[in-house]
Amino acid sequence: MSNIPFIQIENLNFSYEDESRKLAVLKNLSLTIEKGSFVAILGHNGSGKSTLAKLLNLMLLPDSGRILIDGVDITDENLDEDSLYEIRRRIGMVFQNPDNQLVATVVEEDIAFGPENLGVEPKEIRRRVDAAMEMLGISEYADHSPAKLSGGQKQRVAIAGVIAMMPECIVFDEATAMLDPKGRSEVMDAITMLNREKGITVIHITHNMEEAVLADRVVVIHDGQIVKDGTPRQVFSNVEELVSRELDVPQVTKLFHLLRQRGISVAKDVLTEEEAVKALLDLHPKK
Amino acid sequence: MSNESVIKTEALTYVYGEGTPFYRVALHDVSLSIKQGSVTGVIGHTGSGKSTLVQHFNKLLRPNSGKIYVSGKDIWEKSEENGKICFKVGLVFQYPEYQLFEESVEADIAYGPKNMGLSDSEIALRVRKSMKLVGLSEQYLGQSPFELSGGQKRRVAIAGIMAMEPDVLVLDEPAAGLDPRGRSEIFGGILRYREETGKTVVIVSHSMEDMASYCDEVIVMNRGEVYLSGGTRDVFSHAKELSEVHLDVPQITSLMGKLADIGYDVPRNVLTVEEAADILTKILGGGKAC
Repeated sequence: MSNIPFIQIENLNFSYEDESRKLAVLKNLSLTIEKGSFVAILGHNGSGKSTLAKLLNLMLLPDSGRILIDGVDITDENLDEDSLYEIRRRIGMVFQNPDNQLVATVVEEDIAFGPENLGVEPKEIRRRVDAAMEMLGISEYADHSPAKLSGGQKQRVAIAGVIAMMPECIVFDEATAMLDPKGRSEVMDAITMLNREKGITVIHITHNMEEAVLADRVVVIHDGQIVKDGTPRQVFSNVEELVSRELDVPQVTKLFHLLRQRGISVAKDVLTEEEAVKALLDLHPKK
Repeated sequence: MSNESVIKTEALTYVYGEGTPFYRVALHDVSLSIKQGSVTGVIGHTGSGKSTLVQHFNKLLRPNSGKIYVSGKDIWEKSEENGKICFKVGLVFQYPEYQLFEESVEADIAYGPKNMGLSDSEIALRVRKSMKLVGLSEQYLGQSPFELSGGQKRRVAIAGIMAMEPDVLVLDEPAAGLDPRGRSEIFGGILRYREETGKTVVIVSHSMEDMASYCDEVIVMNRGEVYLSGGTRDVFSHAKELSEVHLDVPQITSLMGKLADIGYDVPRNVLTVEEAADILTKILGGGKAC
């Protein structure tokens, strides 16, 4: 992780509108995301987190405010079409339902779809598709139909399709929500690998607190505004506030919170099982 | 919950794509029973056969061999009653909010009861009753379901099945994609349905935390067979066996298991954080290390 800002969001406002009413979703939101960081975004349904994701690659346009990607103002009205496509290449997106984002009948063709549309040379496409499949551990399914894969495998195909466009940042919008525990951990392993080993900036929108713990930084959005921003340890140490924002904390964090309420002096920033075991051992060495 | 079974299967076998290259045995020799009045969870990784299994409960799928009994009757035996099995076993699919289609919340929820041929007054009664169960106030009656939030739409869809008052309410991933509050609203409604009607609920889910908190009994499917089944506490005490079939136990159950491994005198079948806090408070003695 570096300190170079990759995404700079400045005073962003966005509302959905129909004939009868206007619903403000993002309210004067500002956020800077550094190159190579792994940011988890939490918030209850309707908090504005998915809207924010869609603004990042201009699937939606803000009412006011600016978004700079690598210093370029993507909300500039004079932005030409080529620059728009370039932004969408640099910031890839993976959504919740794998069945809605796979288009081809064969895995490798699906992964080639993005670079083909960018007009990449066939030889280069082959190279990128092979590299992406290798990276995501799906080479053995190259000629399978995506329909026959498990949820975790399908999501990895979707991620490989994004990777083949050589993005610098990937936004995962509840990409694990529909998966079973195995699929979830396959996808989380892939996300962590892309961030730690390939230096890709990751924005992970999730309701799963145990996934958020894996990030470098957790941002909590409530009612269109950022209400918490810090390391997982800082953010999760305030159990009551999170619960009041209709969010949850990892079960072990909640356990330590309850123990503290009962007058047992334990740390309030325990995030994982291993930390919990160690903390309890320190407090009460087994006989 | 009684010991009588409301659903029973005997040696159920189902094969997809027989005689084609896609041939796959989805269920193999499945014999199980679901207790009347219970909340029973069905877990298993993708492709384990759990959705295929529940689709047999109301004749959406016909087994290649084996029998299914609902309230003691073989559902594939020809009889007038069996034609109406979908009124007895109500199935809520994944993401049911995509199946809403009527102009108003009231009309959407009334669709099922109407098809049952109930009187208008009975339908009106049931619509209101099931909205109350899922926690939707009557102010939504006339509203278009498409104007509601995702969690509210989901509750309308579930209310539509509840309004038919099925003996067995089957829900496939009822809380997927919802935030913690949305999840507890959905499960609250499901539990109230059981509470107030005494009927049986079957939930298919990937969330072990939810299963541990809400189910009386759990059936674990693996490769088309029943891998484990029994009381929830008993099933989740088998952390090792579950991880062998790529499932896990709730984080709190796992933590208590690890403490037991290193010699703490704690049970391995803890299901909720509150329970764990009670046990640990006793051991830690209110802050004084012993």
